[in-house]
Amino acid sequence: MDAMAEIRQTFFLECEEQLAELETGLLAIDDGDRDPETVNAVFRAVHSIKGGAGAFALDDLVSFAHVFETALDHLRAGRLEATPDLLKTMLRAADALADLVRAARDETGVDAVRLATLAAELRAVDPAAAGEGAADQDESFAFRPVPMDESMFDGFDADAAPPEREFSIRFRPHRDLYAKANETALLLRELGGLGEIAVACDASELPLLPDLDPEAAYLTWIISLRTGAGESAIRDAFEFVEGDCDLEIAQAGADRAGDEEGLAPGDVDIAALIGKMQASVEAELARVVDTQVPRAASADAERPDQSRSDHPKPDHAKPEQAGASIRVDLDRVDRLINLVGELVINQAMLAQQVQEAGLSRASGVATGLGELEQLTREIQDSVMAIRAQPVKSVFQRMPRLVREVAALTGKSVRLVTEGEHTEVDKTVIERIADPLTHMIRNAIDHGLESPERRRAAGKPEEGVVRLLALHRSGRIVIEVSDDGAGIDRARVKALAAGKGLIAADAPLTDEEIDNLIFLPGFSTASTVSDISGRGVGMDVVRRSIQALGGRISIQSRPGQGSTFVLSLPLTLAVLDGMVVTAGGQTLVVPLTAIVETLQPKIADVHGFGGGARVIAIREEFTPLIDVGRELGYRAAAADAVGGVAILVESEGGARFALLVDAILGQRQVVIKSLEANYQHVPGIAAATILGDGRVALILDVDAVVASSRTEAQGHDLLLATAG
Amino acid sequence: MTDEHATQGRRKTDPQRARELISFRIGAQKFCVDIMSVREIRGWTPATALPQSPAFVRGVVNLRGAVLPIVDLSARLGFSPTEPSARHVIIVAQIGDQSVGLLVDAVSDILSVTDNLLQPTPDVASDMAKTFVKGVIAIDSRMISLIALDHVLPGAEREAA
Amino acid sequence: MSKTILTVDDSRTMRDMLRLALSDAGFRVVQADDGVHGLEVLAGETPDVIVTDINMPRLDGFGFIEGVRGDDRHRAVPILVLTTESDAAKKERARRAGATGWIIKPFDPAKLVAAIRRVAA
Repeated sequence: MDAMAEIRQTFFLECEEQLAELETGLLAIDDGDRDPETVNAVFRAVHSIKGGAGAFALDDLVSFAHVFETALDHLRAGRLEATPDLLKTMLRAADALADLVRAARDETGVDAVRLATLAAELRAVDPAAAGEGAADQDESFAFRPVPMDESMFDGFDADAAPPEREFSIRFRPHRDLYAKANETALLLRELGGLGEIAVACDASELPLLPDLDPEAAYLTWIISLRTGAGESAIRDAFEFVEGDCDLEIAQAGADRAGDEEGLAPGDVDIAALIGKMQASVEAELARVVDTQVPRAASADAERPDQSRSDHPKPDHAKPEQAGASIRVDLDRVDRLINLVGELVINQAMLAQQVQEAGLSRASGVATGLGELEQLTREIQDSVMAIRAQPVKSVFQRMPRLVREVAALTGKSVRLVTEGEHTEVDKTVIERIADPLTHMIRNAIDHGLESPERRRAAGKPEEGVVRLLALHRSGRIVIEVSDDGAGIDRARVKALAAGKGLIAADAPLTDEEIDNLIFLPGFSTASTVSDISGRGVGMDVVRRSIQALGGRISIQSRPGQGSTFVLSLPLTLAVLDGMVVTAGGQTLVVPLTAIVETLQPKIADVHGFGGGARVIAIREEFTPLIDVGRELGYRAAAADAVGGVAILVESEGGARFALLVDAILGQRQVVIKSLEANYQHVPGIAAATILGDGRVALILDVDAVVASSRTEAQGHDLLLATAG
Repeated sequence: MTDEHATQGRRKTDPQRARELISFRIGAQKFCVDIMSVREIRGWTPATALPQSPAFVRGVVNLRGAVLPIVDLSARLGFSPTEPSARHVIIVAQIGDQSVGLLVDAVSDILSVTDNLLQPTPDVASDMAKTFVKGVIAIDSRMISLIALDHVLPGAEREAA
Repeated sequence: MSKTILTVDDSRTMRDMLRLALSDAGFRVVQADDGVHGLEVLAGETPDVIVTDINMPRLDGFGFIEGVRGDDRHRAVPILVLTTESDAAKKERARRAGATGWIIKPFDPAKLVAAIRRVAA
């Protein structure tokens, strides 16, 4: 790809970062943050976007960013007060800016009316307010077309070379000129590039050595220049030092410097023509710039010099610049991860074959293998860490979503997020965005009550949606909760019955009713609202989560709100597991779920009626789940005593004992998807390939626990202490 | 001397256009599938059973690191379930984004068949077979049924995540 | 031996564009992300010209220029600021801080190089 195209890509990536900074900053200011650095960062974000956009000639983006930037400049200079209304406008402007950026990136269109309205609102907040000042801010960007005077071309002879003229220049630098690292020699060199030059130096002001200040300026230069270029070209060379010198340019001959009207008739000078046009344009610009300078200058005087007082603020939340980083092609990372995965499989197969070959554990081969396993693990951890990313990138999109849905539904909503830095595999991040979006929409649309109803219920008018992420026992937990009315169980039950999903008089626990919303074809909206989407129900959300190897559950309290709990595997690629047999099949149980293993004794196992069994473990009766039967491998119940009980802890913290035939060992396995070529299988999280090359299924502990509970005829198994 | 363009032009509309099909046997019947869908042919290896799956899904096997479901094509077509052995064959086929292994008795030849040889499925076929059979071909006085693979996997809605 | 240019800008896009334009013109390019970083880099480099943005976190262009001018080793290095057209006040401020000249953003690579040649020995 060519260099500019690559930079363009970088630009759009950087825009996303700037947009995120912009939103975060505006929200902080809205929240009461008065730290000048915050508003500076917000200004810089828009300024940056404008700068880059200009380089790529993205005019719509540039002009909107410019209006926005101007308003932000007023805010950071203290000329505007950060009222809630202003922040609302600015947040909407930030959203519009984001849309413009993406439209520019994807080369699609934008809603011009919406933009124009917002731009007008932004201009309206200008403290010097309406009328000529505001209008000029835009114009300062575009050159006004300068009307060409036809008389300029009278007597035009295309073949004539521009006549050379003699200029006499008197140049006296001030001390500041040198202090700014400008050099006379370079200036003279540039003049020399315009034509023939002769330089004389007037050193009359030079004092004697003892009085000489090496940093002062004493010299005057007299330059005669013979050139076809016009006076403006000469002035250009002195552009940088204007103000730090005395400069007089005179055209040798009758004309005074600066007087361009003195061309002899018939004497057409193209350079002068261009010079004249340039001068008119510059005059136009100067007129525009002048109207702004007085304001800006006075503003500078009022505002204390912020940039000087820099001691890096300790709570300055921008540490991202620390630590070098490189950008890597995602394909390469994925390939690397696959290779490492294969390495793990091969190492396991090797270990198996060594074991089968009957080599002693103390032998060189076995110890060598042990080290290999150690190394492989470390490589794997490092490689997985490459793909880990904070969930922040997903959470970041939510504030805007909340604003939009709140506006659409006429509700007042505040979003609280926690745990944005929790790290998750990149794939999980990508695939969790849609489900989270849907759940948050639901929470606002269905969960939260209208402001009136909330007031009537004695709740604050503003509803709260909480989004949090954390690590818990080897998994990622993400919760989406709202403080709304909770699930209307009567309505849900009636709806489900109406759709034939359940029997009308089925005895269901509260939890079971809540879970009805996950059934396919279920939607509580009586009219399918635009927000929660057509045909995208919680069943789709659940399946997306399951496809990631995760699970989702709901807790709801009437009048208080609902919480969705998502539990996802930490990495999608590897798992520490215990290899067991159950019902004649080899399975893998994730180690993170296992509390301990034990061999049941006959005295500890008790029947519970309906075929259910419990096992007493240190005075607590724990439900015993026959894995082989639960998965359908075996019809008859297994003999508990001959097998092994694996004590596991499910999501809610409750404990269960999984009855398996035998434990074969503990191993790190590479997770292979079942959904890739097949589909989700109940009770099974994924598959793996063991050392012998055969596929073994990885148990979904929570799912097996859940299905065993429903089978226990709706009785909640009592966990009682002995006694 | 064939003109490339002319040949291609003819291919689009020509009933003489030939397709390549792999023919295989299930019980006493012969079937075939478009060779474009076939990734490879393997011998049978014992599959790991999948709980709570339809009877015609025999389980999954390891295909060079990927997990491949095995469908007993005989059962799927409505015939009797297969008792697989080392003599049976797995046709690894590509159905959409997924790879699936089809368990059959034996694979015979590769046929080059032009479209005009394809006849519609006779009405006597069972409903099950009608879902999967696109048409029949007569070759050497034998009837070979052309199988469409689209519905071979269990039909549960697989919504995009 | 080619000249070394130090570019200081917090925008990655801008840094990439500066690098492209300058290295195409045969300059050796050293970069920094903001004013503080720029001063750190200057501890180990002696550029022939510095090109700096004004709006940057931690230490902005003005502060950076003052920092450079206050350092004996670098006080005579030509410094060009990147500024937008309408910013006459900023240009003035940069000059008061000690900037040698300026380059208008969005910059034309040819003008950038011309400005550098104008101030570089």
